[in-house]
Amino acid sequence: MNDFRYFRIDQFPEFLKQLMQSGYRVIAPTIDQEAIVYAEIQSIDDMPQGYTDEQKPGYYRLQHTGNQRFFDYAVGPHSWKRYLFPPLQLISTSIKSQDGWTFEDHVDEGEPYAFLGVRACELAAMRIQDRVFLEGSYVDTNYQNRRNASFIVAVNCAVPSANCFCTSMNTGPKCKSGFDIALTELSDGFLMEIGSSLGNEMVTPLGFPSATEEQLTESESISDHATEQIKKTMDTTDLRNRLMGQLEHSHWKEVADRCLSCTNCTMVCPTCFCSHVEEVPDLNQERVDRRKSWDSCFNPGFSKLHGTPVRNDTRSRYRQWLTHKLATWHDQFGESGCVGCGRCITWCPVGIDLTVEVAALCEEEP
Amino acid sequence: MTQGTSAPTANSAWKLHEIRLVSRKKEIPIVETFEFEFVDSAVGQQYVARAGQFNMLYIPGYGEAAISTSGVSQNTGNIVHTIRQAGNVTNAIFRLELGQTLGCRGPYGNGWPLRDFEEKHLILIGGGIGMAPLRSVIESLRQSGWSFSKVTILIGGRSPDSLLYSAEYDQWRSSGFEVLTTVDHSTTGWQGNIGVVPSLLDRIELSDPNAAIVMCCGPEVMMNYSALAAIERGIPEDQIFFSLERHMNCAIGHCGRCQLGSYFLCTNGPVFRYNQVKELMKIPEL
Repeated sequence: MNDFRYFRIDQFPEFLKQLMQSGYRVIAPTIDQEAIVYAEIQSIDDMPQGYTDEQKPGYYRLQHTGNQRFFDYAVGPHSWKRYLFPPLQLISTSIKSQDGWTFEDHVDEGEPYAFLGVRACELAAMRIQDRVFLEGSYVDTNYQNRRNASFIVAVNCAVPSANCFCTSMNTGPKCKSGFDIALTELSDGFLMEIGSSLGNEMVTPLGFPSATEEQLTESESISDHATEQIKKTMDTTDLRNRLMGQLEHSHWKEVADRCLSCTNCTMVCPTCFCSHVEEVPDLNQERVDRRKSWDSCFNPGFSKLHGTPVRNDTRSRYRQWLTHKLATWHDQFGESGCVGCGRCITWCPVGIDLTVEVAALCEEEP
Repeated sequence: MTQGTSAPTANSAWKLHEIRLVSRKKEIPIVETFEFEFVDSAVGQQYVARAGQFNMLYIPGYGEAAISTSGVSQNTGNIVHTIRQAGNVTNAIFRLELGQTLGCRGPYGNGWPLRDFEEKHLILIGGGIGMAPLRSVIESLRQSGWSFSKVTILIGGRSPDSLLYSAEYDQWRSSGFEVLTTVDHSTTGWQGNIGVVPSLLDRIELSDPNAAIVMCCGPEVMMNYSALAAIERGIPEDQIFFSLERHMNCAIGHCGRCQLGSYFLCTNGPVFRYNQVKELMKIPEL
């Protein structure tokens, strides 16, 4: 049983100060271009207070509620993957020598980040990327360094969006593991669950009192209420086999007729990990960086055989994305690649809803 | 949150080693065999590649290409790659002069499970540049001292001058291997077979199909027809092996580019049993 503490809302700055004094750069929700995004903060004044969001397929709007609450919104376009698996990473540098080249690996020691406001679905997404980068045949040691250097302050969702379906994917809305500290925003303060020894070391000097029964009950009811508000569902029963039995379903074409192949879904997905490496030479061609950046299976040149694309149309590219996420991911990593965060639905410019597409794809053709 | 226990300091998955071009030899048009040595001989001594594995060869400014190993130099232990000039990276490799250095990561991939094939009748089927990875098999078989009931090598090329390694066939025969060739189009003076490689399978003597192993490398269509011809001869599906190809970027299962169904070709392959991939290969653009 984890330790539960409580602090008042006016003590939030103390908690933040403690994170910073422990050497962490705090990354937290902020507002940029009318959306919640994760960026470095210096004080709680940098965080949005009194906002909620409205999300629908292809729709995201922030709304000002006028109250003083910090976390009454769901996830925005950012996920923590941009810090653990950055969109652009230096891999190595080649330096011209007399008879060719010498090579220097780039080592990323890992910035000490404290991630403040990690939702349950996002904890699940981190766990999924760990399997890709740390638990396969090869370890991405730079990812490992970044992961090891991070401190995770989770937040239990109080107000899910209409695109959330974490309950179907069994990832939320309540944080169960994978955090150092988990907060629940109560009516007048925060319940703080300590999830690791690192978390315990962090909060002990603050001297926050143990939570009362009433505070624990309030926290439970907030999570219960959040669960009840999640209406979107995906039937995951035998989903891997149901989808892999429908690889030639006519509905793939129907989705492809709407899909713009814009890659938005893969960019906002907290588990998508595809990448490509490009050569970045200096003007003298004497020093060449290798840079890894996010890539997408929706890009025509993503998969090639003998110099030509393997997946020539949006139909096959959408099929690759969806079947990988929901079906073959199970074979490769022992679980689904979807955490039910709903980002791909919200940020699809034409509002393609994968829960709806999955239901249609699983229907037998006449 | 701390994940894992070790605290590595180098990103070993992307570690590039310097290799130096020590020799090159023309094989057939736009195909040459290159021999490379590790600049750091200690790395070279540690390096062991199984037949069917590949290296990522790297020329700064051009990028990397996944190239199968085509054997190991018997005298020096150097790595040998037969390469077809096909894209930016291989073009750059062809411009290398002896003594120049380039980058190498590897070996990657699973390779052929040759040890499991002892006492079997091995049938190697190679089309075009597909012979390059099979040459490492042939070299391994000649050097291994393992016992195989028979080794048959079936080689196809577009024309007689595109039969890869033709100067070595007599050596292979002298090791007791059966070598058959065929071409799509003959030229003046060609006295041999004309037709597709799978047709050679119909001609070979096969005393016990259940004790036969088929190892294919070449264009997918050629491998698929070879598998059908092998099944026709009574060889079980799970004794037929393909070496598959997709462009690779990371070679370590992290970039997603070489995915086929549930597999990443780089880490789960490139060698697969036919029954693992036959359904996947039937679906266009999977």
